[in-house]
Amino acid sequence: MNATLIAVMLSWVFIVAGSVFVLIGGIGLIRLPDFYTRIHAAGITDTMGAWLILIGLMFSAGWTLVTVKLFVLLFFLAATSPLASHALAKAAFMRGLEPMLGRGLEIEDDHD
Amino acid sequence: MIDQFGAATAALLVCMVMTLIRSIAGPTVFDRVLAVNSFGTKTVLLIAVYGFLSGRPDFLDLALVYALMNFIGTIAVMKFTRFGDLAGMEEDEEEEIL
Repeated sequence: MNATLIAVMLSWVFIVAGSVFVLIGGIGLIRLPDFYTRIHAAGITDTMGAWLILIGLMFSAGWTLVTVKLFVLLFFLAATSPLASHALAKAAFMRGLEPMLGRGLEIEDDHD
Repeated sequence: MIDQFGAATAALLVCMVMTLIRSIAGPTVFDRVLAVNSFGTKTVLLIAVYGFLSGRPDFLDLALVYALMNFIGTIAVMKFTRFGDLAGMEEDEEEEIL
């Protein structure tokens, strides 16, 4: 078992795992009931799905310039996706979009 | 024989269709912006994976530019929906925030 075969197997594992996370995020984006929970579903795609797919592509590319570009792409996605999600959630909350709360979790104004 | 890049491309395309459904059917404008932002991230991944699928990884430069434009676009739309203006804050709204 040489190094090329190990790299191909690691690329398979990472890319298929990332695809599964991307599909989970897409299903959650349709099925979840509320805007704030849909941010959670989109965050799965932005973090675990993107990172695993890009790491799998790095294993497939080897030590070339392509790996450097993939690393820069991973850095940009890791830096900008949480920032965009935060801005989105804060803008929605400032505009008065109420989160859906479960039974027994209502916000009480007269608590003490 | 399908390789790992073909499997990832298929998964990304199916997920992009789901994201388009949410962007059309979203009840509020924030759902639509969230769906468009997620669609942009999936487009970046699709460009990168398709470059490997077709044997030409030079498409990664396009993916880099698309990632930055996606972030700037989302922030611009959020600023527009919050302040109603892209140039800057109004005076009274600035006092309200501070």
